[in-house]
Amino acid sequence: MMHLRPSWQALLAILAAVAALIMLPAAGGAAAMSGSGFALSAIALLLAGALVTSLRLRPMVSAVALFVAAHGTAWMLITGIAGGEGTAGAAYFLMLIAAWLLAWQLVTVLSGMRPASTFSNYGIRLIVPALFGIWILILWEAIVRGAGVPFILLPPPSAIGARLVNSIPILAADVNQTIFKAVLAGYVMGCGAGFAAAVLADRFLFLRRGLLPIGNMVSALPIIGIAPIMVMWFGFDWQSKAAVVVVMTFFPMLVNTVAGLAASGSMERDLMRTYASSYWQTLLKLRLPAAAPFIFNALKINSTLALIGAIVAEFFGTPVVGMGFRISTEVGRMNVDMVWAEIAVAALAGSVFYGAIALAERAVTFWHPSIRGG
Amino acid sequence: MSKYLPVLTILAGIVAVWYVGVYVMNAPFQQKLNERAGAEPTFVEFVGQTMSQPKPTLPAPHQVAVNFFENTFLRKVTSGRSLVYHSWVTLSSTLLGFLFGTVLGILIAVGIVHVLALDRSLMPWIIASQTIPILALAPMIVVVFAAIGLTGLIPKALISTYLSFFPVAVGMVKGLRSPETAYLDLMHTYNASRSDVFWKLRLPASVPFLFASMKVAVAASLVGAIVGELPTGAVAGIGAKLLGGSYYSQTIDIFAALVAGSIVAVLLVTTVGFVGRMTERAMGVRPA
Repeated sequence: MMHLRPSWQALLAILAAVAALIMLPAAGGAAAMSGSGFALSAIALLLAGALVTSLRLRPMVSAVALFVAAHGTAWMLITGIAGGEGTAGAAYFLMLIAAWLLAWQLVTVLSGMRPASTFSNYGIRLIVPALFGIWILILWEAIVRGAGVPFILLPPPSAIGARLVNSIPILAADVNQTIFKAVLAGYVMGCGAGFAAAVLADRFLFLRRGLLPIGNMVSALPIIGIAPIMVMWFGFDWQSKAAVVVVMTFFPMLVNTVAGLAASGSMERDLMRTYASSYWQTLLKLRLPAAAPFIFNALKINSTLALIGAIVAEFFGTPVVGMGFRISTEVGRMNVDMVWAEIAVAALAGSVFYGAIALAERAVTFWHPSIRGG
Repeated sequence: MSKYLPVLTILAGIVAVWYVGVYVMNAPFQQKLNERAGAEPTFVEFVGQTMSQPKPTLPAPHQVAVNFFENTFLRKVTSGRSLVYHSWVTLSSTLLGFLFGTVLGILIAVGIVHVLALDRSLMPWIIASQTIPILALAPMIVVVFAAIGLTGLIPKALISTYLSFFPVAVGMVKGLRSPETAYLDLMHTYNASRSDVFWKLRLPASVPFLFASMKVAVAASLVGAIVGELPTGAVAGIGAKLLGGSYYSQTIDIFAALVAGSIVAVLLVTTVGFVGRMTERAMGVRPA
């Protein structure tokens, strides 16, 4: 004997689907959703998904049913609204809410699963946030197109994707100008200088006592404001952006490295002394490796700061290429989809940058408990 | 005294290097000016000239100080040239955005700590979002909101919100999870409900984390407000002052605006730190 024990998400989804059934048609105009056949099959799919999960079968079965129901409905809604943008009625949004509730239930089911193998455990840890990201895009697309939000205000993700694919040469030139010239040059110089200053400050107590409070205070200041001055000094090209990045990345590196150089324990230092090792030997073989987690922390913080610095500095004047330039001019021309495409590229570049540093960190600080996994 | 001596020495060194820099960077232009005028000043006069140009490449510290003093204390605060006015414009959107951001960050953190599905799905995105140069969104948010007739405080405050809720959310999650298992077990033996555990254990334990991340958030919020003022066409605010200065190469104005921004930043961070210490004292934290 099978009992129906719906979760509150499934219960609400069923209610929403039934309400949608009453409120049909889902959309007007030339949309497929204006007929009842397409909408009815979407509602049927929703109800089937909600009922299957309420049967409390094995989590795997429940997850598959929810996945198919939620994403099938979402797909039907998004394809069905084509031609009838802005005409969506209450039924359309009720179906969307029901599909979203089922997706929520899916994430809850997945989060509650305790798979035996580490591999599938790892898979779930990836799938759950991926689902969340996908649903942000689905809701964005469905709501923007269903409600007919003006293109200027918020273009649907599909339009941004199309724009991105169509303007790859422009975007590539911008990335080359902003990231490969300005950000990388400034990042290497700023982090290098900060590191050197930190080693010096570590050697001389007086310097450390003077620099650290200043470094800590500067980290709270809006350093980005030096951008117009740097543009005036170093010209419109990438050198001025690199200069902003140098200043922005210098202090986090300094403060973190100084903290890291103090991280090695007195036991280890005493051991090095009993080996009669020189200052430089202790520095290279004990203290710098011990400081590595701190240094990588600074490198990670700086990767974001560097991108922000370079992009914002371009708002103050550039040659006619670069990500900040593109964003500010396309905003002025109300080409919002191009701006979003540029932001997507910036987000991707930022994540890749961060990811590369995180990978390097895993390789260098393989001994650290947080990476060894306790 | 031994605490301040090194800091003061380094600051004095910075000012000295700055003055040398003023001479080096302004000398070529001043030489050209003198050649054109046919003047042949002595070295001391020449040094004096490099430090009193109206639009220098690098203004001397005293020029910045004078400009800052004039625009802060000698003008009516309602005047468009007063730095107090511009700082207030920036400060108001910073504070509004900071308030939104803190509330949003705390709500998200509470959700993450209590709902497993949110923890698994939201947390990776919060971390990933920190790798994204969000500030790039700033001009679009302002212009797009202007297109639907929403101008002024709110769009700028939204940028500040966006920048300030991440540190608060991450710090609060850490803080709400900071009570040790022993304490949680103790609450369990008291048969405490989830809301009791939250109000009586998790929330008090998270207060130091909250204030630490609020310090970061308020600084980020100020940066957001300043950058949010850039695309509005230089109307009001420290960001507008920076942009206006860069249009007309008024370096002294830019530096004075930077000083004003820095003072606002230091005031904000110190205030948050002070409120944090007062709160902790009121809650009975004894200095370790």
